Amino acid sequence: MKVLVPIKRVIDYNVKVRVKADNSNVDLANVKMAINPFCEIAVEEAVRLKEAGTATEVIAVSIGDKSCQEQLRTALALGADRAIQIDTDQNLDSLHVAKLLQKVVEEEQPQLVILGKQSIDSDNNQTGQMLAALTGMAQGTFASAVNVDGEKVNVTREVDGGLQTVALNLPAIVTTDLRLNEPRYASLPNIMKAKRKPLAVKPAADFGLDLTARTTLLKVTPPAERQAGIVVESIDELVEKLKNEAKVIS
Amino acid sequence: MAAAMINERDLEFMLYELFDSEGLIGRERYQDHDRQTFNEVINTAKAIAEKHFLPIRQKLDTHQPTFDGKKVHLIPELKPAIAAVNASGIGSATADYELGGMQLPPIVASAAATYLTIAGGVGMGYNMLTTANANLLQAHASKELIDTWVKPMLDGRFMGTMAMTEPGSGSGLGDLSTKAVKASDGSYRVSGSKIFISGGDHDLSENIVHLVLARVQGAPKGVKGISLFVVPKFLLNDDGSIGADNEVALAGLFHKMGGKAQTSTALSFGEKSGSVGYLVGEENQGLKYMFHMMNEARIMVGTSGAVLANAGFQYSLDYAKNRPQGRLPSCKDPLSPMVNIIEHADVRRMLLAQKAYAEGAMALVLYGTQLSDDEKTAPSQEQREYAHTLLDFLTPIIKTWPSEYGPKANSYAIQVLGGHGYINEHPVEMFYRDNRLNAIHEGTTGIQSLDLIARKVPMNNMEGYLATISEMNKTIVIAKEIEGLNEFSSELKNAVNTLNSTTESVLKAMSTKNIDLALANSVSYLSMFGHVIIAWLWLKQGIVASNALAEQPHQDDKHFYQGKLQALQYFYRIELPQVAVWQKVLVNTDSTSFDMQAEWF
Ligand SMILES: Cc1cc2nc3c(=O)[nH]c(=O)nc-3n(C[C@H](O)[C@H](O)[C@H](O)COP(=O)(O)OP(=O)(O)OC[C@H]3O[C@@H](n4cnc5c(N)ncnc54)[C@H](O)[C@@H]3O)c2cc1C
Repeated sequence: MKVLVPIKRVIDYNVKVRVKADNSNVDLANVKMAINPFCEIAVEEAVRLKEAGTATEVIAVSIGDKSCQEQLRTALALGADRAIQIDTDQNLDSLHVAKLLQKVVEEEQPQLVILGKQSIDSDNNQTGQMLAALTGMAQGTFASAVNVDGEKVNVTREVDGGLQTVALNLPAIVTTDLRLNEPRYASLPNIMKAKRKPLAVKPAADFGLDLTARTTLLKVTPPAERQAGIVVESIDELVEKLKNEAKVIS
Repeated sequence: MAAAMINERDLEFMLYELFDSEGLIGRERYQDHDRQTFNEVINTAKAIAEKHFLPIRQKLDTHQPTFDGKKVHLIPELKPAIAAVNASGIGSATADYELGGMQLPPIVASAAATYLTIAGGVGMGYNMLTTANANLLQAHASKELIDTWVKPMLDGRFMGTMAMTEPGSGSGLGDLSTKAVKASDGSYRVSGSKIFISGGDHDLSENIVHLVLARVQGAPKGVKGISLFVVPKFLLNDDGSIGADNEVALAGLFHKMGGKAQTSTALSFGEKSGSVGYLVGEENQGLKYMFHMMNEARIMVGTSGAVLANAGFQYSLDYAKNRPQGRLPSCKDPLSPMVNIIEHADVRRMLLAQKAYAEGAMALVLYGTQLSDDEKTAPSQEQREYAHTLLDFLTPIIKTWPSEYGPKANSYAIQVLGGHGYINEHPVEMFYRDNRLNAIHEGTTGIQSLDLIARKVPMNNMEGYLATISEMNKTIVIAKEIEGLNEFSSELKNAVNTLNSTTESVLKAMSTKNIDLALANSVSYLSMFGHVIIAWLWLKQGIVASNALAEQPHQDDKHFYQGKLQALQYFYRIELPQVAVWQKVLVNTDSTSFDMQAEWF
């Protein structure tokens, strides 16, 4: 069974995100980048399936400019067998990403596509679902457990009220939640092995898709700075302020 | 968010801007690498540090190993943490591919290890000793010994020690009395007592490989009669499996002020019929071989001093940015909000002092580490020999300066936290205690200072000394042309001149005066030399920072480089003037300490 894992290069979660002075976007200059944490969980899950003998090949794919090869190499060091970079320097909408992935799915015919439920930079939570719609594959989102069982995969989903387990026919799409697994770190021998694993580069333009942007980023503003606190005189004053100023109780 | 363990931007600066680690890829040994493999190794080390060591750091400090008369007990969490390090390959990262290593440049391995040192410090000591032990054997032992002992150590199955010190023989190894008698099968029977042997007993590995200094029966007295032996805790069967007990008895554990996770043992060898020992190399050459390990260990000791200094610096910096207390002298309004303590100039002074010490020391130890690589892998024979000359000369300084000023930095970290720094809710007092060992083991500061002035300086017509001076002169010339650095360039020039004239007068005193008197202020000489070297390395950092600032870097980088220049200025204005004090003591062959009588105390 082939497993396809799309991964995204994003700002490192340890980095304090800053907004450009003209509010046009997040300031990525000089900032440490990393593999999106949810994607890392997806890689881990695929590698575990391979180690368990369920999967035969794990393919990591990323869409972006040459710099995303870094994250692909990380995925290879974590245990993916080969990687594909879809080369573009455009900032793509989720739908375009999903359409490009659809082409990869058609080409590679994976039985399982495991994605992160969202990327920590744009927080869209769309790509997996869109890919499912485009490919007609079943989907299990927000997975906290994945068990392949013959022609089916059982996915335990984290939903508001608790857990829901669904059985999907393969091929299927799974998006990962935080508690699915704890990703490993790459061992040194595997870091070296990763350098010799195949990494194919395919220009996005070659896929024959219309990739013109459908959304425009208008502006980005940072969250309001926390105001200095004040000392209230009495409980009554506190309650009054919570009611009328903060409007958190009524 | 918790304080960063280490300033990653600074680590990157050291690796890729101050030293050209990326350029190492051009060397055949490192051709499979690139900056990404380097960074991935660092990420892996950080991940292990965060996952396995940081959570148990305090427990390692508060639960020191115990001995029930039969076995040593360590906290159970340490073994899996060390196993994780071994499984990751970090323990053998710099080793050859054939030995299961990844041929990682030592400077990168050292950068990666900073995380492990900070997070679990002493727990890692077991691995570091093992690596140094394996390296010594690879350099000096027979193929048979290497095949038998090195591989299992690199795999993490066995661990290693260095067993030199005895109750009656510490700094003066020439007086050691552990005995070795040759047996009919060519091996030896070793007997005697050793103390302070780090990692001398534990349950972390299947076997422990002691490298023991002993005197073969009939060998000359003093350092010329010392041989080196592999004495394992357990002998091996023919198939390599663990065999009979080799009479290496644990006589007891020492209880230390810091570094508590690493057992410090008193060992008794061969009380009944002698422990089986295998000679390394030739008889009576033991000290020479041991110096191989000690030279490497001395760089590690300096590195530990520097890294712990950085750890305390980062912790206290974060604290100072977040702790509100008091108001500036100019503010008289009690209703105004308190300022964070970093707003107080005196707190910034203590942070700057830490920065100057910690990052100066880090530059020094990484420079030393790079030299230890260059002496083996630099492209030409000439470059390799030159690197060897520099390293051999600078080793006492690389060992000592960070060991002396690292704890000073940690003391400032405690001071920045005030009372909160004195209690174990914050790790700075532990950093201080852990760091305090570094000026003691692997040759005390006093011993290092004698090594520097009496041996290293005059050696080979002052070859190492002159090479060091010429390296500094190169930097002085470059800095002179850079706006903003000319002041420091001429200060360093003056300091180097002072060093030259002082060296001349100390050497003269050594040949004309009572030698005991002439060497009485040897530590002043080491301090002076150390300060000049650190001033030089700060000027080198200043050059990188100035050039980078001229390129209009990103705002964050601007701040970073500006900080480098400010710390440079701090070192030159507040620390370097010390040189004049030491000069006076040395040039006058000041006899205050020498003349002092035991009875006068
Ligand atoms: C935690 C710890 C771990 C250690 N690990 C190991 C280990 O793994 N293996 C090992 O073999 N040893 C180890 N040691 C031993 C260590 O190397 C010695 O403690 C050290 O070399 C000093 O020897 P000493 O303690 O006997 O002190 P001494 O030699 O008695 O020195 C006491 C003082 O006298 C000064 N002094 C001594 N001789 C001279 C001289 N000739 N000129 C001027 N001043 C002098 C010293 O500088 C020092 O200030 C360890 C020690 C400690 C505390």
